[in-house]
Amino acid sequence: MACRTSYTEDMPLLTIGPAPLELNDLVAAVGGRAGTDGAVVTFIGLVRNHNAGRRVQHLEYEAFEPLALKAFARIAIEVQQRWPGARLALHHRTGRLEIGEASVAIVVASAHRTDAYAACRYTIERVKQIAPIWKREFFDGGDMWIEGATADPDDARARAEAERVACA
Amino acid sequence: MRVTVRLFARLRDIAGASEFARDIVPGATIGSVWRQLAGEYPEFGPYERSISSAVNADYARMDHVLREGDEVAFLPPVSGG
Repeated sequence: MACRTSYTEDMPLLTIGPAPLELNDLVAAVGGRAGTDGAVVTFIGLVRNHNAGRRVQHLEYEAFEPLALKAFARIAIEVQQRWPGARLALHHRTGRLEIGEASVAIVVASAHRTDAYAACRYTIERVKQIAPIWKREFFDGGDMWIEGATADPDDARARAEAERVACA
Repeated sequence: MRVTVRLFARLRDIAGASEFARDIVPGATIGSVWRQLAGEYPEFGPYERSISSAVNADYARMDHVLREGDEVAFLPPVSGG
């Protein structure tokens, strides 16, 4: 599922679904705008083979996709408000992911690296706070749903915390 | 009135269904549907303070009044990334 808002008109910038992540496509979609960009920062989240002392075998991601896309769009708007001129692409995968696979890719282009780094970090923090996505961890000896933040996009404290981390 | 309930992640596992119809009385809120479900599924109890909810794929508060045909979703704490 994809949100068809795009800087290049053929590449959706905000996407969630089972398709493998194509970082280069995201970079191409946001980067190099008329020579005014000075930086493109990328983040890729990977499936790790250990978590909280458990040996992880694989993960399964589930999402409420239409609401996840709205959450992504909200994050993109927040980024534009906080770092004017910064542009964001975000792709999160769903379904079964093996160790070492990429679960999320974020690309931010901006005139200056400081803004691009901050906006990229802000985006992953906000994804973890408000995107309706869940990971189920399959590990040696069992499996469990990982439960993190209570999703509340209007929680100003959570948003401020994401901004604090991003700008630290 | 009838609404559709959607459950995700562990809530879905507990209930054994991702989607089902519910009859509600006029004026029923998201919260009243949640309390009804929590009465049927005791394992929902610990989620009382940590769930989020949505109506028709938009985040909504527990005091939101439901209408005929609405889709109400209950979301346990999220863990994307």
